[in-house]
Amino acid sequence: MTGEGASNGQEGGGASPSEVALQLPSDLRVIEAAVSHLVSRCRACSFEGPRLELNFRVGVTEALANAVLYGNQSDPRKTVRVELRVDAEQVVVCVADEGKGFDPSSVPDPTRPENLQSPGGRGLFLIRKLMDEIEFNERGNAVRMVLSRNVPQRRRADR
Amino acid sequence: MSFHTSKESGVVVVDVDGQLIVGNRQELKQKVLDELEGGERKFLIDFANTGYIDSSGLGVLVSLSKKIREQGGELRLSNLNEDLRTLFELTKLDTLFNIADSREEALASF
Repeated sequence: MTGEGASNGQEGGGASPSEVALQLPSDLRVIEAAVSHLVSRCRACSFEGPRLELNFRVGVTEALANAVLYGNQSDPRKTVRVELRVDAEQVVVCVADEGKGFDPSSVPDPTRPENLQSPGGRGLFLIRKLMDEIEFNERGNAVRMVLSRNVPQRRRADR
Repeated sequence: MSFHTSKESGVVVVDVDGQLIVGNRQELKQKVLDELEGGERKFLIDFANTGYIDSSGLGVLVSLSKKIREQGGELRLSNLNEDLRTLFELTKLDTLFNIADSREEALASF
């Protein structure tokens, strides 16, 4: 849906209720509040339920943590930009860091038996499993995630 | 997040209160490792008061499980809510951990 005010307005300015843009410091401690804010915005657009509380919340939290820790290396001089857009069908979240980027295909599948006992690698995996679409830019320092409103609610993971 | 530990039937029980996430997972890890170093071998982590574990929290549990097993010990988990169960299932960590519905069930199974 592109009809209503396609600007990337800064939060608190002239952005429409269904669009939010945030600039976050590279500090893990701000993630919880930022995600809660985005969740509230989704609820204000009547997007609620398990897909918001689990899929959206976990997917966005993991993407922000990756941007802070791996993208920006927790460098206080760098920021993470988050853009949210909610429409009648779906919610789109874009997260961008100022890092060098990475190759998402280089992250091994943590559910393979040989990787199951690795301490890391589950963040990206969870984003892929919980969001309906995920796409990285070429450099690998920005990700676009899409979660549709109208699909059957997932109460248990597919086995 | 906060946690407190107690001993029940020879098992070190850690009750986690709040989220287990990248910002606080090290505290929990260190506490359990200290107990392991002190000779304890049976551990139960109870998540009745935990709503959220992020991927790095999951990673710490995996790492602890491995270290405990290497010392001939055992780690079990209990009281994961539905969302947490989903995360464990998605990441196939439900095949790695012994997960009990209740604290009592977990303690009885050691």
